[in-house]
Amino acid sequence: MGWMSISLDEARHVAKLARIELDGAELMSFQGKLNALLGHFEDIQHLDVAGVMPKPHAVSLSNVFADDVPGACLPREVTLALSAETKAGLHIVPTIIED
Amino acid sequence: MSEYVLSVGMEVHAELRTESKMFCRCPVAFGGMPNTRVCPVCLGLPGTLPVPNRAAVQMVLRTALALNCQVPAHSVFHRKNYFYPDLPKGYQVSQYGETNPIGYYGYLEIPKLDGTTKRIKIRRVHLEEDTGKLLHLPGGGSGVDYNRAGVPLMEIVTDFPPDIEDPDEAKEYLVQLRQTLLYLGVCDGKMEEGSLRCEPNISVRLAGAETYGTKTELKNLNSFRAVQLGCMFEKKRQSELLEGGSKVVQETRGWNEQTESSFLMRVKESEQDYRYFPDPDLIPMEFTPEQIEAERAALPELPLAKSTRYQKDLGLSPYDAGVLTADRAWAEFFESAIGQGGDAKQVCNWMNGDFAKLLNEAGETALTSGEATVGKTSKVRPGHIVELTKLIEAGTISGKIAKEVFGDMFTSGSMPSELVKSKGLTQISDPAEVLAVCEEVVRENAGQAEQYRAGKEGLFGFFVGQVMKKTQGRANPALVQESLKKALETQ
Ligand SMILES: [Zn+2]
Repeated sequence: MGWMSISLDEARHVAKLARIELDGAELMSFQGKLNALLGHFEDIQHLDVAGVMPKPHAVSLSNVFADDVPGACLPREVTLALSAETKAGLHIVPTIIED
Repeated sequence: MSEYVLSVGMEVHAELRTESKMFCRCPVAFGGMPNTRVCPVCLGLPGTLPVPNRAAVQMVLRTALALNCQVPAHSVFHRKNYFYPDLPKGYQVSQYGETNPIGYYGYLEIPKLDGTTKRIKIRRVHLEEDTGKLLHLPGGGSGVDYNRAGVPLMEIVTDFPPDIEDPDEAKEYLVQLRQTLLYLGVCDGKMEEGSLRCEPNISVRLAGAETYGTKTELKNLNSFRAVQLGCMFEKKRQSELLEGGSKVVQETRGWNEQTESSFLMRVKESEQDYRYFPDPDLIPMEFTPEQIEAERAALPELPLAKSTRYQKDLGLSPYDAGVLTADRAWAEFFESAIGQGGDAKQVCNWMNGDFAKLLNEAGETALTSGEATVGKTSKVRPGHIVELTKLIEAGTISGKIAKEVFGDMFTSGSMPSELVKSKGLTQISDPAEVLAVCEEVVRENAGQAEQYRAGKEGLFGFFVGQVMKKTQGRANPALVQESLKKALETQ
């Protein structure tokens, strides 16, 4: 591995943050893929980027805003229909247990 | 017990007073039926594109400048990724980075009890979006209302190492910050409704120690008093832990208003777990020096500056100046009265006295700004108070009658001079007329007059009362004193 690599534990942690359940073989596979991705960054690291402005976007636009004027919303029955369970106009979710 | 010192960092979230949400045009309101103010954008449905609210960006820019912050030439939005049911998209749009937020490296001055001020450094003022609301249902499960999801939210964070070193300073910081936001018109400041939320980071360390202790974050503080009590409680709790040889754990704790104590909510997640990255759906913002200077020039005079000016230029006490400037509409009313020739001290006394009392009795707690009017029920305008104080100054009416006139003009809106004329309330300042009444009173109360002359001087007040009763309070008080003495001695 090069200057930066992802351990199996880190891969497991990322999977957990993304709420993805992976078995051992899948974890190993993702670890490899993530490390390959980081390897690409290592290539970029060799380039001289001194004086180049960071560019967060592919488009060269700035200051695209909307006026603060309220518009239409979705009817409640439409959005509630997206939920597996609803009650009294609320989306029902399992009780949150902090871990 | 060893001496421990407190350090408090403040994280304040203020819901912005826009008409529509941050990235969609769903209306912003408090209350109402759940899940009625949502659309594909704020629900994060596939294929939607968010567009930032121009007014919200301006409000944060204005706040950043009022808090003496630097404003970057370029600023972008980031995604803060985490899963929680009140977050429909799976990420919150926020602003990351040291010098990327709309405001960074600023400060807020807070007044100290000794009349000086203290500078509280501010790390950043950034723009993000609020989450939905989770309601815990009786019998298990939770319900989610997404009406609040996507409402523009401004986060104001103090710098590290913290400047706030005691619970009073924590409270005063919040008081000043809230007033500033209200003056700027960017937030309604309703802590009980959650439109202004404060989460202090609290730590203690041994007096003289250089490194700061492990901090805990307090939530659910919905009043200034709760912030003060919360800091006091945590100082005691953490000091006792350390004194007993234990460690403080980095965690989020909730504040229980009833028991006035904190309880463990959760152990803090680490920042890298949020995997911040620039939001590819949102176009970067640019701020030109011209735009920044134009906004800065348009800032109103802020509460502390106003209060200092009232003390210095108008000779008001720190207390009076503080009360007058606590609310922008109140201060503007005062300034309008002064502009119409009112005496600062007199106008201030009437405003902070009878006027405030009547407004309070009418249930006017939140005052409305603009047009130099205060409250919905009150018909009192600055001109009324100026005229009233002039009538007293000229001796036309007594202070006692003026109170009556005030109550009347509060509801009727009539000018004091009209009320005085139509109700015959003019002060009796003719010495002969006052003396005649005094002599009459002494005659009618010969027994008491006898006792007074025999040395029972406390009865003087009784005679004053009788004279005032006979004249419906219109007799000039100084004249009454003088004439009564004369009448009592000669008869
Ligand atoms: Zn929406």
